[in-house]
Amino acid sequence: MTNLLELKDVSKRFGGVQAVRDLSFEVREGEILGLIGPNGAGKSTLFNLINGVFKPDTGNVVFQGEDITGQKPYKIARRGIARAHQIVQPLGALSVLDNCTVGACFGREDLPLTQARETAFEVAQTVGLGDRLQMRASALTTAGKKRLEMARALSARPKLLLLDEVLAGLNPSETEEMIATVRAIRDRGVSILMIEHIMRAIMSLSDRIVVLNLGSKLAEGTPQQVAENPEVITAYLGDASVTHGEEASS
Amino acid sequence: MLLLRLARRPFFWVIALIVAVFAIAPLIGDNVDLRESLVLDALYIILASNLNIMLGYTGYINFGSIVFFGLGGYICLWLVSGLGLPLAVSLPIAGTCVSGLALVFGLGILRLRGHFFALATIGIIEGVQAFVQNFKPWGGSAGLYLSGGVLKQIGGPANALWVIYFLMIAVMGLSLYLSYAVKSSKFGLGLLAIGQNEDAAAVLGVPTPLYKALAYCTSAFLPAIAGGLFFFKSAFIEPASAFDLTLSTEVIVVVMLGGQGTVFGVALGALLYSELRGYLLTTATFSNFQLVISGALLLLIVLFFPGGLMGWIYSRFPRIQKVLE
Repeated sequence: MTNLLELKDVSKRFGGVQAVRDLSFEVREGEILGLIGPNGAGKSTLFNLINGVFKPDTGNVVFQGEDITGQKPYKIARRGIARAHQIVQPLGALSVLDNCTVGACFGREDLPLTQARETAFEVAQTVGLGDRLQMRASALTTAGKKRLEMARALSARPKLLLLDEVLAGLNPSETEEMIATVRAIRDRGVSILMIEHIMRAIMSLSDRIVVLNLGSKLAEGTPQQVAENPEVITAYLGDASVTHGEEASS
Repeated sequence: MLLLRLARRPFFWVIALIVAVFAIAPLIGDNVDLRESLVLDALYIILASNLNIMLGYTGYINFGSIVFFGLGGYICLWLVSGLGLPLAVSLPIAGTCVSGLALVFGLGILRLRGHFFALATIGIIEGVQAFVQNFKPWGGSAGLYLSGGVLKQIGGPANALWVIYFLMIAVMGLSLYLSYAVKSSKFGLGLLAIGQNEDAAAVLGVPTPLYKALAYCTSAFLPAIAGGLFFFKSAFIEPASAFDLTLSTEVIVVVMLGGQGTVFGVALGALLYSELRGYLLTTATFSNFQLVISGALLLLIVLFFPGGLMGWIYSRFPRIQKVLE
């Protein structure tokens, strides 16, 4: 498999906080790469570095063989990287359909308005917003807004989709639906880099997982390998001996 | 293309109807009073509709929209009186020059957001006014006068007022169609996205710096031409009347009153405001009282009707959204 996105020694510092430190990994064509780590590990910052909201202090971001380090978010979107935000950012006064149309209009395919509306219409259906197309985005429920984030990102017909905690705040049945949606998107050939805290979901969805802690890569591998990595267990659950003790007693 | 697509929608014909009423009404009985009142209404509609592209669509408060109007007036009068060019040539030149300037200014000050942008636009008014006051070819603070002779090119003094009136109505029609066309286009969708959440729009791929500058530049063209017509009509221009912060603020009130982001609402707001203003100005007790009213109006709208007239109408009659944009 070829690499779609490569990060090479990327670092970002905010004042005294080293948010991301010399981080390197790659997202391969067609895979779902999970990104996990405790709160404050630098996951969302990493997304901001990839899609151009922040410029890395050092290192390079390479997408489809081209260096896109420090380019503006709208240029990176045009290249085919779309993002669903953790904190939903609906264009509140616009309808659900218009929100998706913005994604389609200004995304990778740079569609004219009429075609963009068709794409937006289709995508909204697949994400389960088909019955709320004319609703104002601000009137959607939290779950609806999460879907909208997803729908807008997908309307851009991206090569790479950045999903930032799209499962957070959803109830179990909504989570199941969303997981199915994510799988369906990958099956259509979109590579996915996703941040998620719900372990069961990320373990079952991801082809590979990268674990971040304090801005650096702690581990990388298949879900199985990562789950068995003692360092990961320590970072997540504290001292390994304590956890093992718990297991023994249960 | 876009025009053909728009012509299939009812609102296209609503605009045509508005323009027709404006053009025909004063002709009935050669009603000069009505014409003079409507020419001001048209001016408010032009200024408000174009400001709406910045304020209503893009969400940027521009206190300096009047600079376009004033500069357009100056450039046009200077071309007519100083260089002896005909009005028909001077108007488009004025519009193009002011639009070009707006693009350059826009690329600079549109890096600012929110309050800072609003402050910068006030700075632009003051800066341009100070420049013009000291600019000898434009008469400095004394201003520019037109000699009566220039009216010959549009049929002498009696006809001239009618010609200017119809030109003003034409510019008004163009302003309404421009607002509508922008709103119905991909460009407009990008602007609306910026107006809602600029960061999210950029992540979605909207080229925000370029679009904002283009919006600023687009909203400058027709007000500049209106300025040319307005000051040609009065045959006199001076810095204080060309760059009047009061008028600039009034136009913001008009946009808020009508319903920012709507085409019809803003036109309706402009008409109502202009008529009210005319009434208050002509009643002896209320000289300049319109400013008090507009201040109170702005407060009431911001506090109780953030959607303006049109927002209120939409909430009462949701179906009307399909007809009136």
